[in-house]
Amino acid sequence: MAETAAARRPPVGLRLWLSGGWLTLLATAALLAPWIAPHNPLAQDLMLGRLPPVWMEGAEPGYWLGTDSLGRDVLSRLIHGARIALVVALVAGGLTALLGATLGLLAGYLRGRTDGVISRLVDIWMAFPPVLFSILLVAVIGPGLTAIVVAIVLIDWTRFARVVRAEAMAQGAMDYVASAQIAGRSRLSIMLAEILPNVLPTVVVLLTLEMGIAVIVEAILSFVNLSIPTDDPTWGGMIAEGRTSIHQAWWVLVFPLIALFLTVLAFSQLGEGLKDRYDPVLR
Amino acid sequence: MPLLRAILIRLATTAVTLLGVAVIVFVVIRVVPGNPIAMMLPPGATEDDIARLTALYGLDKSIAEQFAIWLSGVLRGDFGTSITTRQPVLSLVLGRLPATLELSVLALLIAVLLGGLAALTGTRARGTRAEAAIDIANGMALSVPDFLWGLILILMFGVVWPVFHISGRVSPALDLPFASNFYLFESLVRLRPDLTADLLAHMILPALALALPLAAIIGQLLKQSLKETMHLDYVTLARTKGYGETHVILREALPNAVLPTLTLIGVQFTFLIGGTVIIERLFSYEGLGNMAIDAVINRDLPLIQGIVILFAVIFTAVNLAVDLAYAALNPRLRHG
Repeated sequence: MAETAAARRPPVGLRLWLSGGWLTLLATAALLAPWIAPHNPLAQDLMLGRLPPVWMEGAEPGYWLGTDSLGRDVLSRLIHGARIALVVALVAGGLTALLGATLGLLAGYLRGRTDGVISRLVDIWMAFPPVLFSILLVAVIGPGLTAIVVAIVLIDWTRFARVVRAEAMAQGAMDYVASAQIAGRSRLSIMLAEILPNVLPTVVVLLTLEMGIAVIVEAILSFVNLSIPTDDPTWGGMIAEGRTSIHQAWWVLVFPLIALFLTVLAFSQLGEGLKDRYDPVLR
Repeated sequence: MPLLRAILIRLATTAVTLLGVAVIVFVVIRVVPGNPIAMMLPPGATEDDIARLTALYGLDKSIAEQFAIWLSGVLRGDFGTSITTRQPVLSLVLGRLPATLELSVLALLIAVLLGGLAALTGTRARGTRAEAAIDIANGMALSVPDFLWGLILILMFGVVWPVFHISGRVSPALDLPFASNFYLFESLVRLRPDLTADLLAHMILPALALALPLAAIIGQLLKQSLKETMHLDYVTLARTKGYGETHVILREALPNAVLPTLTLIGVQFTFLIGGTVIIERLFSYEGLGNMAIDAVINRDLPLIQGIVILFAVIFTAVNLAVDLAYAALNPRLRHG
């Protein structure tokens, strides 16, 4: 009976295609933003404030998704916001994976005192409320993209470290590692050439999920007004603005929300899809 | 007494963890550029005024000295004075704690209810379209974090179909006869359904936003455990005795499948509490998290310090409670 239920679920391939498709579309839009955005995302025109989307009454042609209270074009801001979202996803996700996986690998393979120190750090980190910690870090470092990336890396490395540590421990106990040791290979060489390739699928899956988390964290920080200093378009900043004018202009909130929703869903479905297909550990 | 020994070791590591948290926050918030004292004084304040107040709050000493002073205060129950409100941090924080606890517990209840329902219905409807639908809903709820659920709920039930409040904890016009800040609890105890209804109309959306991701996790794990249990011999035996499917699931399979889920709920509950920070902000709910964000924006160092420590204490206490409950519930650990 379990098999029939599984068969009715959308096939893994479809999930990967849909999420991959959305992310490709988003990446293309982000790359070509200056050419495809119909307006300057920063241009204000108070005469054109809070225009509804084109299919509604009172809309102005050319402003497809309407304008915000300062008369800035929502679609153009959305497209430019995709740049910041994707840069944060890639850079913060990648660096988090690098730091977390490295520490996890060291703890799991070397064990002993190294593991003791790293595991203790993980424990301490797990006792922090993550959102509050990230807000605190950004407040300390000062607003800007760098601060967001640093905050995400410093907070989320434990996600990688915990899983990779356990996996490296399991791999370290296997025969092929023992035979490499007997063959006189150095610990560094075993770690990089034997253990790393075996934990890599796990890291890639976690990285995909982390990118979705990074996009959300950026939005949260923009929402509490700590992310990007100027009025640069970020999805979180747009959402914060939309939240205040929700009763007068719902579209200012709805469109960035949809973009954020689809992007987070795409990253997580991509991760889940990759997990089901390639990763024997997390599955 | 291996159990007692294990508990003592856990308490010791917990203390180390809390100390580590305290040190890290202390150092991090003190490298903040900008003098918080200068920020709180009116523009006309002289250098002397600033220096005097800086000394009053002890901010002119080295970080190590400041930490020693702070720690000795904490051990006596004194968490310092908030810079912005000039009130003791402890009373400020404890004043807001009930709001956050009530919200978290309500969210937990909703999560257990929804997740449990999804798992039981999914198991009952094994192999049908209903199960597939539940799985898809679960997957969605799991992929989308609480912040986004909060925004979606605000749109759905605050704007499109405005049946609930989207900001605040209680209607300001109401006259509250409460002696403590546990409003929801007191309204229940004092049998004031009007107040309970108003509180719930404010709390339900933020609680639901916090609950949905956890409900999905509970639903998934519990269903998986139930499915594994359903194949065991004693369940088959109950079935051959002629008991109905619902009875078999609830009475035979559930009690044996519930343990892994309970452990998971404990760990996930700390994530839920961490989520209250942004959810309270989103819904302008007057709890700890909202106060924490204001404290960060105002550079209120003693208050930030107090709130983070309190969160860390709650997290470690929940984890400790889960471990103890697990030891008490699991027959293998109890007799071993």
